[in-house]
Amino acid sequence: MIDHDTLVAFSKSYGLFYLMAMAITVVAYTFWPSNKERFEEAAKSIIDDEDTPCR
Amino acid sequence: MISELTRGERRLALAVLTAVATFGLALAIAGRGDILAVHGGLIMASAVILMFFVIAGFYAPEPGEERLAQYYDTPTKAGVVLAMIWGVIGMGVGDWVAWLLVYPDMTFDAAWASFGRLRPVHTSGVIFGFGGNALIATSFHVLQRTSRARLPDQFSPWFVLVGYNLFCLIAASGYLLGITQSKEYAEPEWYADLWLVVVWVVYFSIYLRTLMRRQEPHIYVANWYYMAFILVVAILHIVNNLAVPISFGSAKSYSAFSGVQDAMTQWWYGHNAVAFFLTAGFLGMMYYYLPKRAGRPVFSYRMSILGFWGITFMYMWAGSHHLHYTALPQWVQTLGMTFSIMLIVPSWMAAANALLTLNGAWHKVRDDATLRFMMLAAVFYGLSTFEGSFMSIRAVNSLSHYTDWTVGHVHAGALGWVALITFGSIYAVVPWVWKRPAMYSNKLVEVHFWLSLAGTLVYVFAMWNSGIIQGLMWRTYNEGGTLAYSFIDSLVAMRPYYIARAIGGLLFVIGAVVGLYNVWMTIREASAERADAPDAPVVPALARSLQAGE
Ligand code: HEM
Repeated sequence: MIDHDTLVAFSKSYGLFYLMAMAITVVAYTFWPSNKERFEEAAKSIIDDEDTPCR
Repeated sequence: MISELTRGERRLALAVLTAVATFGLALAIAGRGDILAVHGGLIMASAVILMFFVIAGFYAPEPGEERLAQYYDTPTKAGVVLAMIWGVIGMGVGDWVAWLLVYPDMTFDAAWASFGRLRPVHTSGVIFGFGGNALIATSFHVLQRTSRARLPDQFSPWFVLVGYNLFCLIAASGYLLGITQSKEYAEPEWYADLWLVVVWVVYFSIYLRTLMRRQEPHIYVANWYYMAFILVVAILHIVNNLAVPISFGSAKSYSAFSGVQDAMTQWWYGHNAVAFFLTAGFLGMMYYYLPKRAGRPVFSYRMSILGFWGITFMYMWAGSHHLHYTALPQWVQTLGMTFSIMLIVPSWMAAANALLTLNGAWHKVRDDATLRFMMLAAVFYGLSTFEGSFMSIRAVNSLSHYTDWTVGHVHAGALGWVALITFGSIYAVVPWVWKRPAMYSNKLVEVHFWLSLAGTLVYVFAMWNSGIIQGLMWRTYNEGGTLAYSFIDSLVAMRPYYIARAIGGLLFVIGAVVGLYNVWMTIREASAERADAPDAPVVPALARSLQAGE
């Protein structure tokens, strides 16, 4: 039977690890060197888009 | 409008409207003898009126293939106008209830005019009517531009826009009639909630279908924020509104939750409504229109990504700061408080990113009131998130909770951040989609800007003062160890601040009216010009030069 204490123990331990894993993943994705160019391209691309779609 | 739909889409529109009208009729019949019948009738009448429109345009010539070489902006146009109209109504009712707090007798002995019924008309009117329509309108615009793809079809954006406004109408009229499930920012009853789920699923599907056809390799960050808004609002809405109606013929339902679980679910919903409705979507607006208007790419794209994941994951845990000193277990309160304090980091990332983007464009900020709206919004965003993190500390909250300080914080966020970024984005998008060089009057944009700033400052300072005085009066003891002030004493002390707040609010409403007028006149100019245009078809500029990276 799952009682309150079990749930609390689960969320306190699992919650900590999944949040840390998630933070590490996000930071790695953001600063991955090969992503740099893609990001800068994306930031620039909105400034000079024309006003018609490609499709 | 109808002439832009293909024949098949017109048929689909009629089929959907028939289904909605039938649903309304069923509600009206099942709910006869209950107040539900009014809403059944309202739904049916709305669907029938719209059917007339579709039938009137049914045999108009079909749109040609050349439409596919253009973005589909008519739903955006309609959404902008609806947002401005809801804005004037919602803010107007807000100022009305502000005066009601100054003159509590102003209810004409009518139930609908009581504070309890008018207040949700204000909150839903501004959050869902004004904010929601602005989010839908701008999201369609941004989505198409950043994906370089047209919306997937002509019918579904209209379904979302019209269906959403039907929801808003049911909500607002229901409050006046006394229909509410008394969950803050989630007051509409079960049938309205179900309808919103349908609308929202279609909304998300438009996003996915357009993104699947995108031409850009990377999904621009504004879309991430808009998608987080759509997806998370769906989750929040479904969970918090789980309820069982008394019967299919009754407007009343009972929540699936009770006691402290109910409170926690409600504030998990409530705070994430702040996070995903009032923040994420508007950050999407900011990350597109601000760099665009300033003519400079966002200062740090990486920071916008880090901020995105920070905001989406940390906000989820912050809701319990609304329940300090309640039956909620202490550790859950502390958890909420901790995450709220950490939230300052991704929040200030976004605010700083916006302001640093403007570095080097300050002369534009000085000259262009539209950009200044967005700049000031970023400042207020930084301010209200700092304040929020501060107020979530348990000891601070013991002073601020139940007082006007919370109201001051809300409006630093809602007026200073949400409304200002919206007005800035609307002033940027209106000339763009109506193909005008500028708004009808830049002077009026300037007037609107100063009215908004003055109104917000008066409002917020009044409530900060009032809230802290209130909080202190409630915790001052005399030598005998009993409270020094009665509740009535604190009410009397509030009165001057309530007058100031109502005046500040009035300035803000006048600004919104000026804005609506300006938008309206810009549209009129645009249609006058189209009438004068030479009698030749417009050739879409299909030939465009290829650019590096394509
Ligand atoms: C880091 C970001 C933020 C945090 C940590 C935060 C925290 C808080 C806290 C502690 C309260 C008072 C709760 C109480 O004592 O009952 C509150 C209320 C509120 N905040 Fe924020 N806030 C943040 C940002 C914002 C923003 C940007 C808005 C935009 C409008 C906003 C809108 C609201 C609203 C509407 C309420 C009133 C809720 C009610 O009805 O009681 N907040 N917030």
